Amino acid sequence: MTTATKIGATTFTTPSDREVVMTREVDAPRELVFDAWTKPEHVQQWMLGPSGWTMPVCEIDLRPGGAWRFVWGRADGTEMEMRGEYQEVTPPERLVSTESWGGDWPETINTVTLSEEDGKTTITQTVLYPSRDARDAALETGMKDGVSQSFDRLAEHVRTMA
Amino acid sequence: MATDHLSTIFAALADPTRRAILAQLAGGAATVKELSAPFAMSGPAVSKHLRVLERAGLIARGREAQWRPRRLEAAPLKEVAEWAESYRQFWDESYERLDEYLHHLQEKERTDDHGN
Repeated sequence: MTTATKIGATTFTTPSDREVVMTREVDAPRELVFDAWTKPEHVQQWMLGPSGWTMPVCEIDLRPGGAWRFVWGRADGTEMEMRGEYQEVTPPERLVSTESWGGDWPETINTVTLSEEDGKTTITQTVLYPSRDARDAALETGMKDGVSQSFDRLAEHVRTMA
Repeated sequence: MATDHLSTIFAALADPTRRAILAQLAGGAATVKELSAPFAMSGPAVSKHLRVLERAGLIARGREAQWRPRRLEAAPLKEVAEWAESYRQFWDESYERLDEYLHHLQEKERTDDHGN
C-alpha cells in the first residue's frame, strides 16, 4: 500500500517494501537541474538542508564507478559525511548512485530521474534500502506493522509511565 | 548529527524481533521470561537481542536484582524519530533552495545573453 506524505512542496511515498520515493517539481529545464545535481560548484549552493549548514567538501567523479563524497558542517563544529559511488550516469535524465552514512548505517541505492514538461522539471528521487527492516527503521515506520506503534507514541507512553 | 551513535541505534532497530520487544516494553517493564513468551525462541536467544538493545541504550535494567526487569528508554527512540523527521526536512528544504538557485542561474543566463 502506498501512502503519500507531503512535507512542504515535497511528496514522500513508499511504493514498495524497500523504497522511499521523494517527488518535487522545480521551475527549470532538466539540463540545468542535472547540472545543479552533478557539479560541485552548484551542489554546494543548495544541497544543504536546514539553514545553518554549509558543504565545505563536495567531491564528484561523475562516471559509472566514480566516487562522490559530501561533507556538511555547522558553525558549532558539527559535521556529517555521506559518500558513495555512481552506478549510472545518463545526462540529463537519470543518475544512479550508492549512498552511505558509514558505520552500521545501511547502504542505499539512490536513483534520481528528471522529466521535463513546459520548461518545468519533476525530480523523482528513489531511495532503495537493502531490506524492508532497514527502511522501516530509517523512516520510523517499523512500529506500524504488526506492533502498530510509532516511536513518538512509544516515547510518549514511556513518559506517562515514569 | 552524530551518525555513528545513531547507526548503533539504527542497527538495533533493524530487526523485527527487537522492535516487537520494544513495543512490548512500551506496555511496561518486563522480565526476560515475560519477553520471551511471544517468541518461538530460547531465553538465551532473546537475551542476545536484549543485549543489542541495551548497548544501543534503547532499554535499561531495573534495580531489582532478582528480577532484573527491562524497561524502555525513550530518548534514543526520540532521537531516531527526530532524525527521520530531519531527513525529510533536509530534502524538502534542499529542494526549495534548489528551486531558488535554478531561478537565479536562469536569471544570470538571461542577463549574460543581453550583455553579449
